[in-house]
Amino acid sequence: MIIDLKNLTIKKAHEALIKRDYTCVELAQAYLDNIKEKDGEIHAYLEVFSDVLEQAKVADERIKNNDNITLLTGIPVAVKDNILIKGRIASSASKMLENYHATYDATVIKKLKDAGVVFLGRTNMDEFAMGGSTENSAYGVTKNPHDLERVSGGSSGGSAAVVAADMALIALGSDTGGSIRQPASFCGVVGLKPTYGAVSRYGVMAMGSSFDQIGPFAKTVEDAQILFDFIKGWDEKDSTSNPKEKSCPVVKNSDFSTTGVRIGIPKEIAGAEGIDPEIKKNFTENVEKFKKLGYEIQEISLPNISYSLAVYYTLIPAEVSSNMARFDGVRYGLRIDGQNGVDDYFKSKATGFGPEVKRRIILGTYILSSGYYDAYYNKANIVRDLIKNDYKKAFEQVDIIITPTTPGPAFKIGEKINDPLALYLEDIFTVPANLAGIPAISVPCGFKEVNNKKLPLGLQLFANNGLEKYLFDLAKHFEG
Amino acid sequence: MEIKDIEKLAKLARIELTEEEKQTYLKDLGAILNYVDQIKTVVAGVGEERNVGELRNVMRADQGENISGVNTEAIVQEFPTKQGNYLKVKKILEN
Repeated sequence: MIIDLKNLTIKKAHEALIKRDYTCVELAQAYLDNIKEKDGEIHAYLEVFSDVLEQAKVADERIKNNDNITLLTGIPVAVKDNILIKGRIASSASKMLENYHATYDATVIKKLKDAGVVFLGRTNMDEFAMGGSTENSAYGVTKNPHDLERVSGGSSGGSAAVVAADMALIALGSDTGGSIRQPASFCGVVGLKPTYGAVSRYGVMAMGSSFDQIGPFAKTVEDAQILFDFIKGWDEKDSTSNPKEKSCPVVKNSDFSTTGVRIGIPKEIAGAEGIDPEIKKNFTENVEKFKKLGYEIQEISLPNISYSLAVYYTLIPAEVSSNMARFDGVRYGLRIDGQNGVDDYFKSKATGFGPEVKRRIILGTYILSSGYYDAYYNKANIVRDLIKNDYKKAFEQVDIIITPTTPGPAFKIGEKINDPLALYLEDIFTVPANLAGIPAISVPCGFKEVNNKKLPLGLQLFANNGLEKYLFDLAKHFEG
Repeated sequence: MEIKDIEKLAKLARIELTEEEKQTYLKDLGAILNYVDQIKTVVAGVGEERNVGELRNVMRADQGENISGVNTEAIVQEFPTKQGNYLKVKKILEN
């Protein structure tokens, strides 16, 4: 039978699997066929697992025996390459971990295994999640399914592309400064960066520890919500996961009312430089759409928002240089033989790390050095707090804040690779959510047509800490 | 910043850089620092509190998390060099 993957959602697939319209094996095979047909060109997977059909058979047994069936039983999922699945390679798209096999399951993986998902493979990314285009992968760029000359975004570009090209129904990514939302926007899918601490990071490779969150990719807001509900929650193995989540009520499909919901538009956007005029036009149209849906629109002010990128690119290299220090070639990963033990470090890092990782390590080492620590690291943390307070105040006035997800549609492969600062500036709209720790979702909101190619655009919604439900409700209403 | 500064940072970070990489990073760091320098212009109140995350003093019991030995094989498997179940490293003392 032919399964309509393009219009498939978790609930539709679940219903079909339960009614035995098709089996988990047939569903998995449909995705494998699609991967075979498309991924040669797109290059979104670093590895498609060899045991996909065996996993699907186990899920079929579970359904046949009515054994603890969940909404995700038999659902094919792709996983970003920086999340550990026991026994499988997790390379973070780096030569440093080319042959590294994970020795345990990440908490999110354990939860998905318990739910009975089928893991299709591990997706391409910027090396150690550093970048916004997957061009920093040690294994080649992931092309945008909407235009193969353009990037899929990053760092979770592979996860966005597999969902966009129907090479997985849903996928996991990680977001430190926009690494879920920006590729979701570029590829025309939904991507959520949860509240800092909402999802356990046990078993995800750390990049910027005061920023990183794992989150879902899906074609619809509802699917993103379902996946989020499965992976969220407090975990004693992650000291930054939020214990309040223990008592967090399960999100139900409530009747969302537009009455009294206030949407804020930061006035600083209008003055921001380097934004594609089509993005501004599209954003204005979307604001109008919300008005028509009956929401109250208010202008708000985030006075320190213009410092976001400067704060982010001070703190991130500092955290990166600390987190990357563990890759020394001693206990696991690549080891290159030097003259002595210390020389091994120098050579292993020189060979194992790509240019962007080295750049951030060197920059972070500078920022944390004794003479500059106060001027950069400490000052950036102070400004970060000012930005957090801006949001706190704004959320006294409105319930949701909206902005575009990116300043332009997907750019061309190679366009920004020689100018790291230009690439950093791409993160202008996404970074603030990570600085403030608040949740944000990107939803498809139109296209920009360039040379007969329709390039997707994304709209970003922010809510206050722990209020992902607001984002889902409003985004669903917007999605229609 | 000069080449010797990049060399010093690379030494502190234990990374070997090629001459070409040193030149590239000298240029890149200049541009990035020039951009992030704008945070220095922000006037913040004296004694402004710095918060990294909301949670404080997250403790757990002072005991092993795992049952002894269950992960040994998988972890040992990842050692670049080993002898039995031991991680083998180069000697650090001169003869």
